Amino acid sequence: MGRRLGRITALYRDGFREMRLGRRLWKVILIKLVVIYLLGRCFFPDYLRVNFASDKARADSVLAALTRPAR
Amino acid sequence: MDLASTVQWARAQFALTAMYHWIFVPLTLGLSFLVAFFESIYLSTGNPEWKRLTKFWMTLFGVNFAIGVATGIIMEFEFGTNWSNYSWMVGDIFGAPLAVEGIFAFFLEATFFAVMFFGWERVGKGFHLFSTWMVAVGSNLSALWILIANGWMQFPTGMAFNPDLARFEMRDIWAVILSPVALDKFMHATSSSFVVGSLFVVGVSALFLLQGRHLTMAKRSMAVAAVFGLISSLFVGINGDESAYSVAQRQPMKLAAMEGLYDGAAPAPLVLGGIINPMKNPGDAGSDFLAVVKAPGLLSLLAERKLGAFVPGINDLAFGNPARQIVGAKERIASGRIAVRELASYKEAQARGDVQAAAQSLAGFKTHESDLGYGYLKNPLDAVPPVATTFYSFHLMVVLGTLFPLLFLLVLYHLYQGDIERCPWLNRASFLFLFLGYIASQAGWVLAEVGRQPWAIQNLLPVGVAATPIAAGNVKLTFFIFLTLFTALLIAEIGIMARQIKIGPED
Repeated sequence: MGRRLGRITALYRDGFREMRLGRRLWKVILIKLVVIYLLGRCFFPDYLRVNFASDKARADSVLAALTRPAR
Repeated sequence: MDLASTVQWARAQFALTAMYHWIFVPLTLGLSFLVAFFESIYLSTGNPEWKRLTKFWMTLFGVNFAIGVATGIIMEFEFGTNWSNYSWMVGDIFGAPLAVEGIFAFFLEATFFAVMFFGWERVGKGFHLFSTWMVAVGSNLSALWILIANGWMQFPTGMAFNPDLARFEMRDIWAVILSPVALDKFMHATSSSFVVGSLFVVGVSALFLLQGRHLTMAKRSMAVAAVFGLISSLFVGINGDESAYSVAQRQPMKLAAMEGLYDGAAPAPLVLGGIINPMKNPGDAGSDFLAVVKAPGLLSLLAERKLGAFVPGINDLAFGNPARQIVGAKERIASGRIAVRELASYKEAQARGDVQAAAQSLAGFKTHESDLGYGYLKNPLDAVPPVATTFYSFHLMVVLGTLFPLLFLLVLYHLYQGDIERCPWLNRASFLFLFLGYIASQAGWVLAEVGRQPWAIQNLLPVGVAATPIAAGNVKLTFFIFLTLFTALLIAEIGIMARQIKIGPED
């Protein structure tokens, strides 16, 4: 079990260490994830979660939209 | 606040993110299987040239995967912010498939991807091949869950609407998973992605032949990709026909728009090509097309599996056709408005504790529930999708989809003849077709999504009610941020890919 775990760890450790193109790709992935995370935090609040305190209030808000006649 | 403007920007933003995301996905789905084929051949022949070839395509697969990964997450942000009513209503249905997809993708990427890229010299050949196959099968199954969610929006099934919580609640998970629309979508989206992957391999290999580099590798890659592409493109044709039949049965308005069919006909002709009359509106007397070529009776066969069968047109579906027992949007709007009114009455009766009135309103609502979405439309024309966009995207997809098997056949013929490197015209065409594959794939999604307007959920929820009442300015700003971000990612993808292709397979 211990040896197997060691081999798995070595697979990842050596794999990351020996990457060439992969290094650049990981940079792209990390930059992208940070940008997406920041965009999500700054511009994409969960509207119902932020504006209503309970599930009942959220359901009432959606029901209000559903029972508004044709606009 | 101008909600109409918010809805349009929210739609544009979702279309932008979905279309950019779909640049990366089909290549992942298609190339993963091709890499698995290449490695299987390496293992069965023991020829190191196949290993070199596998590693080359695996690198391009890795570049595409790395650039594309997580671009779909943005759409989940958009659900909560721009489409909060919709998001709340479908949470119970989509929660399970999307969670399964997330867990699936995480374990797949953390285990088999690592073995596939890091494990060449560290694990046995058999286990490495197994990992490559798992990546291919897993990536495609991962797409299944997303397509189940999309299929449900096009054909909501296995659920019941809870009027107290304003949610669609899952009643039968198997009806959702095994929905014929979801399965058609899965078959069509994955097999067409196999075609995109095959066109990519054929196109890049053709470039090598034009440059006179890596000739053996290019011809071997081409042979496998052309066989896979030919089989896949024939399968795309078969399941595409099945998809069109399914659309005819469940979304007849989409089919009518796909064909630019304003007045139903028996037998109905299939439009082979044409120019839509841009001045034509439903109910007008003007001609449907400025120029058109039709195949008599074929649409009846495609839509109803019967020669001579009646296929309803946009006017029949918008205004009704009593002679053909077609209930039009006009009548369904009246029914939907009753559903909206009864839902409001139910809510009021619940609030004042009037159990009897609540039960009566609920019964009234249930009677008209299937037309709920129509209750939010102002007039029958609101039920008609943009006809020109739907028509052109459908015909572009079909025309290109018909050319792909011909290209694969030509490539296989010249490979068999042994003269493919002496056919620069074919190699140039193959390289061009690499891009046409993407165009066909995107056109398919434009058809699927624009053609089902105005619905977020077919017949139940129009986009106007699904959207969040927020200022359009915010959505507009993030639209342009995403446009910049995705364009940068696309440039990165093309740049890194081009560099790797220039380097070619490494020894």
